[in-house]
Amino acid sequence: MSATTGSVTPEVGIPPGTGTTAAISLVGVAKEYTSRRGDSVRAVDGIDLTIGQGEFFSMLGPSGCGKTTTLRMIGGFEEATEGHVLLYGEDVTNTPPNRRDVNMVFQSYALFPHMDVFANVAFGLRRAKVSKHEITDRVKESLALVELSGMDKRKPSQLSGGQQQRVALARALVNRPRALLLDEPLGALDLKLRQTMQIELKRIQREVGITFVYVTHDQGEALTMSDRVAVMNGGRIEQLGTPKAIYERPATRFTAGFIGTSNIIEGTVERMDGNLAVLSVPGEGRAMVPIEAPHNGHIELTVRPEKISLCAEPPADGCALPGTVTEVVYLGTSTNYTVTTADGTEMVAFVQNDASARVDLDRGDRTWLCWRPEHGYALGGSGQVGSEGAS
Amino acid sequence: MRRRFAAALTPYALIFPGGLWIAIFFVVPIVAMLSLSTMSGNLLTGFQQTFTFSNYADVLSLYHEQFIRSIIYGVIATVAVIAISYPMAYWISLYGGARKPTYLFLLLLPFFVTFVLRTLSWQFLLSDQGLLLGPLHNAGIVPSSFHILATSFAVISGLVYYSVPFMVLPIYVALERINREVLEAASDLYANKVQTFLKVVLPLSLPGVFAGVLLTFVPVTSDYISAQILGGTGQVMIGNVIETLYIQNSDYPQAAALSFVLMFALLLGIFAYARALGTEDVLEVSAA
Repeated sequence: MSATTGSVTPEVGIPPGTGTTAAISLVGVAKEYTSRRGDSVRAVDGIDLTIGQGEFFSMLGPSGCGKTTTLRMIGGFEEATEGHVLLYGEDVTNTPPNRRDVNMVFQSYALFPHMDVFANVAFGLRRAKVSKHEITDRVKESLALVELSGMDKRKPSQLSGGQQQRVALARALVNRPRALLLDEPLGALDLKLRQTMQIELKRIQREVGITFVYVTHDQGEALTMSDRVAVMNGGRIEQLGTPKAIYERPATRFTAGFIGTSNIIEGTVERMDGNLAVLSVPGEGRAMVPIEAPHNGHIELTVRPEKISLCAEPPADGCALPGTVTEVVYLGTSTNYTVTTADGTEMVAFVQNDASARVDLDRGDRTWLCWRPEHGYALGGSGQVGSEGAS
Repeated sequence: MRRRFAAALTPYALIFPGGLWIAIFFVVPIVAMLSLSTMSGNLLTGFQQTFTFSNYADVLSLYHEQFIRSIIYGVIATVAVIAISYPMAYWISLYGGARKPTYLFLLLLPFFVTFVLRTLSWQFLLSDQGLLLGPLHNAGIVPSSFHILATSFAVISGLVYYSVPFMVLPIYVALERINREVLEAASDLYANKVQTFLKVVLPLSLPGVFAGVLLTFVPVTSDYISAQILGGTGQVMIGNVIETLYIQNSDYPQAAALSFVLMFALLLGIFAYARALGTEDVLEVSAA
């Protein structure tokens, strides 16, 4: 995109609270593949990104969104067809992986099957000509970090998936890279192990203080561990922000839909009430949403299911839409209600089954969907500012 | 109850046709040959079973020269085949891309022509007035005393030519089985291309080389066509001796005894090789 020639200055500022140095900068990075028939596909379509030192940064998106290709360009396994990759300010765009001070945890772990755990972890140090004594110490320390002490004589085939995962992590971390790249490392593990490993990864990252760049299609993973998340789609960054910002203030319809469950209400601004835009909605409901600048066009209002309560009567103020319960899914601690409004929009509400639970509805019951206006959010392109990457 | 009985029988049913085939066409003849090798007599008076081991002593003293030559040819040919085949398999597997099946087909193409015919064409090519040496001799570039045919070189070349596909295929399969992310991991962990090859690719492909050696060394050592067509009196291999004893001299007991000596020598060699470089051990050694 920008900065194709001359000086390469990252344009995206370093986020506050994530150290002072930019560990990784991508400047207008794009990757184009040419098929045998001569068609070209842009897997990554111009990315500008700065990842701070010590940051846990995730790239999140569906398969084919370009997240893995971007990671592989940082690692040096793919060469960018446009733009620059900078590591601590040094341009490494054309540097091969073995001369880049980053290490990768591969999706398949990619352990050396013919070597025992010790030899696997020591591989990088041996290539870097570290002294024998130091190798022994660092491998032991690294295996302790991932809680695999005493396993050094095992072969990868004698380890469980979770243990192989830890070896892969130790093998990368033992080199004390300037950044660790992780390509869906938990994808092959079962749910329980995955959740344990998420907490483990976060702990390890805090302990070693190394920048983590994490690629995943699992929004839960990204939200749990990351300092910041880049939501990617179609080779571009849809939204960049903290997990909370991304979840609570999705900039685009894609982000709103991809992260968690979202209810989207479309409407036209009828009038402004302070900083609230009042939407015209069918029926006798009310819908307001805070926007920063007065606006009088079409708006997409999004509100998370857990912010909606179901009321028998519309409250005196706040947003309320009447509807009919069309689906009830009981989940133990909560119940998911699908409510269809007058114009046929399906809305989802998560109702906690806590001590104060009063709602007990069946399919076909009439109810009101109620939420505070400040819990609603106008999607990017419809008024709200301050959302990076909004189109 | 009946079903369980049938289920228990299924594995045997599967192995039965092949097992029967081997029993009839391998075990029975081997036993017959073993019995033949301890007989005495000649074609005119008939052979009697005398349980004599003199045939073994005789063939060892008479033909040890051809025996040793066969082993040496076999070793040289096998080493040459590895040297030729490994780069080929490596290239097809790592750089063959979408054309891999085509390259493999080309590799196997010579098999569609019978081995005797292919070796005869070598004779045509390598003879003193053949396509290669004829013009060179006529032009005086090489002296007329320079031959290729009827040399060890010609015989070993024939053996190598015959064996290359049997070495390429198992090595190719072993290389194909290597997870490409493992190669990327080596590169990620600061290994350059040479180190990646020596520390990762080569050790992981050694089982393929091991299989290739088994498929090459045994047939090559006992081969007789290459020596017969491309060799002279100084290149006679043990296979040729067995053939002569059996077909021309009709000395069946000696031919049988020599066959068994060869078989045991090969089995012993392969066993020693497997013990020294068994797949598991190969991997252990190269990991260090």
